[in-house]
Amino acid sequence: MCGIVGLLVKNPKMRANIGELMLPMLIGMTERGPDSAGLAVFGAAVGADERKFSLYTGELDFNWQKLSHDFLTHLGSKVINFAQKANHAVLTTHLEPETVKIWLKEHYPQVHLLAIGQLMDIYKDVGTPAEVAARYDFSQLSGSHLVGHTRMATESAITPAHAHPFTAGQDWCLVHNGSLSNAPSLRRKLQHEGICFETDNDTEAACRFLEWRMREGDDLKTALEHGFEELDGFYTLLMGTKDQLALVRDPFACKPAVVAEHDDYVAIASEFRSLAHLPDIKNAKVFEPSPKEMYVWKV
Amino acid sequence: MESLKYDLAKIPLREVNQFLHSDASLLNGKHIEINNPNGAHNIAVGLKSEAIVTIHGHAGYYAAGMNQIADVTIEGSVGSGVAENMMSGRVHVKGFASNAAGATANGGLLVIDGDAGLRCGISLKGADIVVGGSVGSFSAFMAQAGNMVILGDAGEGLGDSIYEARLFVRGKVISLGADCEVKTMSLEDRKILVDLLERSGHGDVSPESFTLYGSARTLYHFNVAKSGAY
Repeated sequence: MCGIVGLLVKNPKMRANIGELMLPMLIGMTERGPDSAGLAVFGAAVGADERKFSLYTGELDFNWQKLSHDFLTHLGSKVINFAQKANHAVLTTHLEPETVKIWLKEHYPQVHLLAIGQLMDIYKDVGTPAEVAARYDFSQLSGSHLVGHTRMATESAITPAHAHPFTAGQDWCLVHNGSLSNAPSLRRKLQHEGICFETDNDTEAACRFLEWRMREGDDLKTALEHGFEELDGFYTLLMGTKDQLALVRDPFACKPAVVAEHDDYVAIASEFRSLAHLPDIKNAKVFEPSPKEMYVWKV
Repeated sequence: MESLKYDLAKIPLREVNQFLHSDASLLNGKHIEINNPNGAHNIAVGLKSEAIVTIHGHAGYYAAGMNQIADVTIEGSVGSGVAENMMSGRVHVKGFASNAAGATANGGLLVIDGDAGLRCGISLKGADIVVGGSVGSFSAFMAQAGNMVILGDAGEGLGDSIYEARLFVRGKVISLGADCEVKTMSLEDRKILVDLLERSGHGDVSPESFTLYGSARTLYHFNVAKSGAY
């Protein structure tokens, strides 16, 4: 079991409070996923030649100032912005992703690179949704849309790296409720394409598969059609891109999802109890998405 | 009629359910209203008195499960397994129902005004289910007894491995499951359909617009020559 939540705020006035609106949604999914939680939020874009790097380390007393200082000394490039929350940090720079990746691996192997993008920040960790949300001030987040997850691990270890969302490429993330039975073969297939994995988690295989398809030229819809052919198992997948949320359920609808469409927002959750608190929910169109159909909402 | 109101925003569901399990003499004929269900699971499960329960809002999983005698109305929609294993009484969902609505129900009437998800009436054992909208795939899988009336369409594999349940469908059926076939509607079948349409608020719908599906009875006994088909 796991819980998924998604929120896309259509009313620009409400975007400053997206974290506050979302928090009861995530906490409402605690019973479905009490061991880890995470979310990806899409906020204001950095400059056209800049990238945000979401970083994580298991060391609670990690010296982030030193990392920022070494970054300048080694790479001769200033960190444009450095925002730290507990043992996560978002580093903004105009350096190429590959340069930063190689530098991190060489000098700070204990620091995990969670995500790269111009809009997306990611936070994920072990603990109950309420604990993780408090650790990273989820209630203070602002942005246009977000994707969140509460995890009850069934097929791989409980670590921050195994928590969702998973990302690949840039400004792209995915959360998953369910289990994939052919994740190892999918992983081997992608490894032949030169794609590297960070965990043995089944969702990472789905995430990297879809991102790979899109790099090969598929649009999201075609990539998901390939997904229906390739992914064997149970899944409700919720995906975030720089300007949209997308949702699919497996052909047997083994895993739940409920959608509420309102003039001010679109909210998605595994169960209605995570939507019940949303403002004016009585006037939202609440429905259950059909299996094997793709739902996309644009910002 | 005496009416009792419970607000689930203020009172734990367990307290409400425990009250609903009180001695039948305290509950028979009473109207109990439940406000702010907010998608909670297991609301009004295991009732066994002639109580009349109204849930104002959306309910979660297993709403009115295992119902006996009671009359439960959900003003909103429900999650998986509404009225699962119902024995008697009546459950009415005014919105839509998620997967496995009325699963294994033995008796009573389940009315869903909107659509029902996948596996509606799976392993039905004698209850009646009327769906105002459409049902998802694999509905009435291994349905043994009882009747399903579907005013909309049915998904893939309707009535797979069905025994003696009757499936009345007004709309399109994407595909029939193994051993499910079109049946000629007898006068007795028609009477059952008319009665169910009337009791579910669809008395204006013509019974002639329905097709009856049932078992071809070729899977009743193991046949070694056909073992590949099982």
